[in-house]
Amino acid sequence: MDIIGKRRVYLAISAILVILGLIVLGVVGLNLGVDFTGGSLVRLRFDRAVSAQEVRSALTTGDLAEMDLSKAVIQPIRGTSDVQIRAQVGGKPLSVEQVSKVVDVLSQRFGSVSVVESQMVEAVIGKELLNKALVAIILSCVGIVAYISFRFEFKFGVAAVLALIHDTIVVLGIFAILGRQVNSPFIAAVLTIIGYSINDTIVIYDKIRENLRLRKKDTVPEIANISILQTMRRSIYTVLTTLLAVAALYLFGGVSIRDFSLAIIIGLVAGTYSSIFVAPSIWVEWTLRDRKRLKPV
Amino acid sequence: MRPGIVWRFVGLVIIIVVCTLAVWKLPINLGLDLRGGTRMVLEARDTETISVDDDAVSRAKEVIERRVNQLGVQEPVIYRQGPRRIIVELAGVKDPARAREIIGRTAQLEFIDERGNIIITGNDLKSAVAGYDHYNRPSVNFELTPEGSRKFEKATLQNLGRKISIYLDDQLLSAPVVETVIKDKGQILGLGSIERARDLSMMLRAGALPVPLEVLHAEVLEPTLGQESIDKSKLAAGIGAGLVVLFMLIVYRFPGFIADIALVIYSLIVMASLAGLKAVLTLPGIAGLILSLGMAVDSNIIIFERIKEELKSGKRVRAAIESGFSRAFGCILDSNVTTLITAGALYFFGSGAVRGFAVTLGLGIVASMFTAIVVTKLILVAVVDRNPEKWGKHFGV
Repeated sequence: MDIIGKRRVYLAISAILVILGLIVLGVVGLNLGVDFTGGSLVRLRFDRAVSAQEVRSALTTGDLAEMDLSKAVIQPIRGTSDVQIRAQVGGKPLSVEQVSKVVDVLSQRFGSVSVVESQMVEAVIGKELLNKALVAIILSCVGIVAYISFRFEFKFGVAAVLALIHDTIVVLGIFAILGRQVNSPFIAAVLTIIGYSINDTIVIYDKIRENLRLRKKDTVPEIANISILQTMRRSIYTVLTTLLAVAALYLFGGVSIRDFSLAIIIGLVAGTYSSIFVAPSIWVEWTLRDRKRLKPV
Repeated sequence: MRPGIVWRFVGLVIIIVVCTLAVWKLPINLGLDLRGGTRMVLEARDTETISVDDDAVSRAKEVIERRVNQLGVQEPVIYRQGPRRIIVELAGVKDPARAREIIGRTAQLEFIDERGNIIITGNDLKSAVAGYDHYNRPSVNFELTPEGSRKFEKATLQNLGRKISIYLDDQLLSAPVVETVIKDKGQILGLGSIERARDLSMMLRAGALPVPLEVLHAEVLEPTLGQESIDKSKLAAGIGAGLVVLFMLIVYRFPGFIADIALVIYSLIVMASLAGLKAVLTLPGIAGLILSLGMAVDSNIIIFERIKEELKSGKRVRAAIESGFSRAFGCILDSNVTTLITAGALYFFGSGAVRGFAVTLGLGIVASMFTAIVVTKLILVAVVDRNPEKWGKHFGV
């Protein structure tokens, strides 16, 4: 199998994926949770299953009309009689009094209603959370490049980080298309993907480093290719075991953990792909160009 | 067996015993997202008269601590963040919405006469108890401090036959007409329900907040929902771990079995250190555990594939194991250190969810390196030493 020989095909595929991902993110956008946008999220437990329409009509008429909840996002949670409501009043999260008013009105209409989960976030704090996470991610990328430059070489580090950006954009893009909610556990999922993908990439780098020493006569593309093939079995086994663990979380875990495990599953696949097909290809391409530049024709 | 190995085994057994004891005896703190409870981020706000300073925020924190004590919450976590913020985390509260109400309210009580003079405030109260008045209406019965009594006596004398309005946070509670001179005792009405009377007396006993606090973020999770998510997560984690163990066994047979033992020890060490460090396990924390479990398995796979390569190149079993481990070491070290760098950056610069992830990931990586490099090797060498060529066949070469 000659993976590196077709490296430009893989690089082109990835470039297209990243561009598509960015377009989707720009056009459709992420369905950001209240943790980031600010607002209220209330999960109510009814004693029977109710539809979103029923709840909406109760929220927009009668006593609650003045709160103007017409833009509220109402989502019944499958397999339960719970309904999740996301709303803002005048750009602010609902106050305690407003929430209890909503609960009162709904209980008059549907029988007993209780709040099982609620979240109220001012927009300032959502921005802060996002900024802090971004700073942490950027700094860890800098740290990764520095360490890889020290143990391997600078080009390896940059190629690895480019592969990470690829993985992150793929996951974000798919979440934008699916319209799944992006909340703070999602950040942890993205971080998991980054950690996994970097680990995967380094195992291949390690083999390349070793083969560069052992196979002095081989060309750079040959060395990269043989290294990928030699670690292929390990790459597949590792992604399979990790996928098993995460798939169990997806299938058997609670609702809160489901989107989170979905993100990790997508990221694992993207991360394995990028470690095998993208990061080594970038490195080979870059190294060859450097050598061409250095050697007089 | 060589004596060196015996001592290492003794060390390993001690680690296992200590970790088992820790897991058995120490509870693992579950985060609010798993067990339910309430978390609030409060920010002090300037008023027309007072601007927020360090002292005001410290006093506000003390008031909150007293209020939380009155609520009878077990192990509350209350801390300051930055110059103006106070964070309150209460796990397992039965009625989190009420807790939020009690903690966030300024509870500035004011008695004001008809000309708009403030006569006494909540600070002049010595005690406050909820109860009922003669007509069975819910009330807060209070007693005044000596200084408060002097002020109140003077004011009631001057205002006989006139109204005194009682305000809580600028909201009128009641406006009784002064009929006699009152010295040190009184009643506040207009509370609606006995629950409100109880909450108000609680807040009055704890004192008013020196500055108003705005709730920037409030999360409430009913403990029942928390329990549901714990049960499901436990089941899912159990199934996931079982599948991983089975996979290793099917793919690698005998070495896979040893890796499985190493994974069990890995889990023990991680759980014990989580409990020992009193770290809080959250949903993102579980993500960190999955990643580090994946890496623990990965280290074992890398080692076994290495040993296989060495065997294929014609080495004897003992030599193949030795060089397999030493050659895998560089790879495992680099991939783990890189991930550790990520965990470090996330811990020091991230917040909340991100930090929870970083803690378990960091702990998990250290434990996974230890078990893969030390434990797997120790057991493998000990077993193989008895009959190297026979066990060597099990590597599937």
